[in-house]
Amino acid sequence: MEKWYLMTVVVLIGLTVRWTVSLNSYSGAGKPPMFGDYEAQRHWQEITFNLPVKQWYFNSSDNNLQYWGLDYPPLTAYHSLLCAYVAKFINPDWIALHTSRGYESQAHKLFMRTTVLIADLLIYIPAVVLYCCCLKEISTKKKIANALCILLYPGLILIDYGHFHLGFALWGVLGISCDCDLLGSLAFCLAINYKQMELYHALPFFCFLLGKCFKKGLKGKGFVLLVKLACIVVASFVLCWLPFFTEREQTLQVLRRLFPVDRGLFEDKVANIWCSFNVFLKIKDILPRHIQLIMSFCSTFLSLLPACIKLILQPSSKGFKFTLVSCALSFFLFSFQVHEKSILLVSLPVCLVLSEIPFMSTWFLLVSTFSMLPLLLKDELLMPSVVTTMAFFIACVTSFSIFEKTSEEELQLKSFSISVRKYLPCFTFLSRIIQYLFLISVITMVLLTLMTVTLDPPQKLPDLFSVLVCFVSCLNFLFFLVYFNIIIMWDSKSGRNQKKIS
Amino acid sequence: MAALTIATGTGNWFSALALGVTLLKCLLIPTYHSTDFEVHRNWLAITHSLPISQWYYEATSEWTLDYPPFFAWFEYILSHVAKYFDQEMLNVHNLNYSSSRTLLFQRFSVIFMDVLFVYAVRECCKCIDGKKVGKELTEKPKFILSVLLLWNFGLLIVDHIHFQYNGFLFGLMLLSIARLFQKRHMEGAFLFAVLLHFKHIYLYVAPAYGVYLLRSYCFTANKPDGSIRWKSFSFVRVISLGLVVFLVSALSLGPFLALNQLPQVFSRLFPFKRGLCHAYWAPNFWALYNALDKVLSVIGLKLKFLDPNNIPKASMTSGLVQQFQHTVLPSVTPLATLICTLIAILPSIFCLWFKPQGPRGFLRCLTLCALSSFMFGWHVHEKAILLAILPMSLLSVGKAGDASIFLILTTTGHYSLFPLLFTAPEKKNLFLIGWKLSTCLAWGLWKSAVNLYSLSPPGR
Repeated sequence: MEKWYLMTVVVLIGLTVRWTVSLNSYSGAGKPPMFGDYEAQRHWQEITFNLPVKQWYFNSSDNNLQYWGLDYPPLTAYHSLLCAYVAKFINPDWIALHTSRGYESQAHKLFMRTTVLIADLLIYIPAVVLYCCCLKEISTKKKIANALCILLYPGLILIDYGHFHLGFALWGVLGISCDCDLLGSLAFCLAINYKQMELYHALPFFCFLLGKCFKKGLKGKGFVLLVKLACIVVASFVLCWLPFFTEREQTLQVLRRLFPVDRGLFEDKVANIWCSFNVFLKIKDILPRHIQLIMSFCSTFLSLLPACIKLILQPSSKGFKFTLVSCALSFFLFSFQVHEKSILLVSLPVCLVLSEIPFMSTWFLLVSTFSMLPLLLKDELLMPSVVTTMAFFIACVTSFSIFEKTSEEELQLKSFSISVRKYLPCFTFLSRIIQYLFLISVITMVLLTLMTVTLDPPQKLPDLFSVLVCFVSCLNFLFFLVYFNIIIMWDSKSGRNQKKIS
Repeated sequence: MAALTIATGTGNWFSALALGVTLLKCLLIPTYHSTDFEVHRNWLAITHSLPISQWYYEATSEWTLDYPPFFAWFEYILSHVAKYFDQEMLNVHNLNYSSSRTLLFQRFSVIFMDVLFVYAVRECCKCIDGKKVGKELTEKPKFILSVLLLWNFGLLIVDHIHFQYNGFLFGLMLLSIARLFQKRHMEGAFLFAVLLHFKHIYLYVAPAYGVYLLRSYCFTANKPDGSIRWKSFSFVRVISLGLVVFLVSALSLGPFLALNQLPQVFSRLFPFKRGLCHAYWAPNFWALYNALDKVLSVIGLKLKFLDPNNIPKASMTSGLVQQFQHTVLPSVTPLATLICTLIAILPSIFCLWFKPQGPRGFLRCLTLCALSSFMFGWHVHEKAILLAILPMSLLSVGKAGDASIFLILTTTGHYSLFPLLFTAPEKKNLFLIGWKLSTCLAWGLWKSAVNLYSLSPPGR
């Protein structure tokens, strides 16, 4: 069977699923006065179209920052402006200043969904397809199955709006894995300029490229590469921020909007260390703001430092991908003002390693979807989320036969268990422990989902189920953080030599 | 872990396909549904709240019961489950009632009944010879057939968006075909008789069944040259077949015979007052006929051959369901359409009688009967094209020539279902994506079939 024909079918299936899910309700539908993220997107089109650039990030009578003020970097603003021009062409009422607040209609929903679908089609889906085709040491069938599983990942389908930043980040990873470092870093800079959360991925990119430069020799080719990369990064940032570099106040205001340090350690319920800690000890109220900032900063960097240092010293494509995962996960668990949706920043790199550790990746992606359960229930997406999760699970199980790949070797834990066995000779049951943990995790997730959907929480603890969901997800994520770090640290050259010999 | 593996059916592609399409059907629940949704809700209400004697007389809603009695009993059984979802939908006077629970119940009932369709597809796959095949899963005829049938785009659109219960009915038909392939003729005949009493549209293909069973089952042997051996006529078989059909019909129509309601039932089942063409024309011969009539009348008016006062006011293109008179060409009566249909199916029937080629010949004849009735029948719905597409799928995995024809049939057939999605453009986008998907599938499978069978000798 020709590869391209099957890949087209896979892409069309992905599009069909995305479109059918989008027929459901969107976030904040029919819920005045604030509505939801959908209204935020529409509002940004209104602001960017009607106001001059200088006023986009400032509070004024025309631009009330409390009502969904712009808090993403300039590229998002330019994208909203582009959409606004199209909207103006179709129906100016959608973006009329002030009067279009809370505008909801079938035609408008169709327009917004179409912009999202086009964004996915142009940026994200080609990146996935190309990435799967460029995978090495895998049969054609597995490549196509890999693409199917990535495209069926529920998280990215259920969360409404376009994932330009993830698409660009994926192009970045693709470029760098295929040795087109300049294009890759350009793509990644665009990703950062689209959503500042991409900074979660910035450290691995930086360390990997730095490591590559060191390897090539800092006195020759490496130095040239370093200079070229620096130029590209600076140039892309300057280009995107040009209108805002004219005045110091402009730049500062944008930075203030992007990094709201006044907001606090966390908002709502998120599957994060601080939120889980808060259940036992109300740190949000006890500790002063700057202490919280320092605490989260230190814990984040301490947790990701080992992996990054290893990446600088031994840059490899595989290490790069795993470091992306562990870095993003560290940021998610320990960072400041993390949103539930930021788990998608971790899920994307995990999708990339799906072919290497199918069992653990599938497990992680299931947990990541589960961690967003309160959000999905709020947006009335229970049925699509259950259906897409089951579809994703079936696709992974059928494509990768994940339950047969739970041996130590398959889980990439061989070198680790050998090291442990030097001190504890009886440590032979690692894979069985992991299998049992998987079962417990899945059963807990299913039970919690059922409980959240069918039962009402007790009066004294109205957030009981959301907190339980976050707590369970957080425990799972901690386990994965440890696991991914183990893989990175124990992925030694000797391991790779063994593969070459055998 | 081994237990979990078995439970999730790892490596079993058939389960994966069936589960996958079921999940897709669940995603289609919030899509647009047509008036057929209200039709079936009304029938749930009628069968639940009224006694049998009223079923075919009830006319509170415009959507009167016009399917045979077995379907009415099916709705009756469903209504007993429905009362746990939403009691209000079972009230005959609650016209156009569509609460979210009603929607959920009805959609899930269609999805659930498709289990019969999945089983029938499985049985059909067993009848396919898969020996001369490569190792690649996507080249196995069984896999191809399962995809073509389980993921049939037309069925998805008609059943799960437009809303109907065709899935399990086609399941019954495919099952009866599979039984005939497996030489279990009595079961096949029984299943078809039951099917007829669920939805009488399957009368389109009844001639094929009748002739095949008579020729290949009642005559137990052929002469060496393949022609009929009159002495091998088996009375026992004829009588048992007749008995089966008679018993099924008695079970179905018996109560209404006892109530002296048969004429009323038949008038509901065969409403000839509905007109030559449905509100949305099925792309058949009469559509072309009407179009020609329209063109000629316009030309005639322009060239002053016709008197404007003599033109009837009712227009065929107004989207209404009623009887018309043609202006230029002779008007068409139900008898005329019947004669045209009979003439069209005569060649294939003759072949089936004089030169029977076993079950494959029967299947070919069945497809041709369906197509002929679609082309020349009275008041044909566009959905009837599915009656030709599904059996053709079975044929297409056997021969490359059939696969090419199937490609054309399925692409145009599914395209002609477009007007069924009469709603906002967003749904049309879904249709386009899905149509591209199905076309891609059909094309790819045709290519693989061509590759596969280019090595086999022509003919069989």
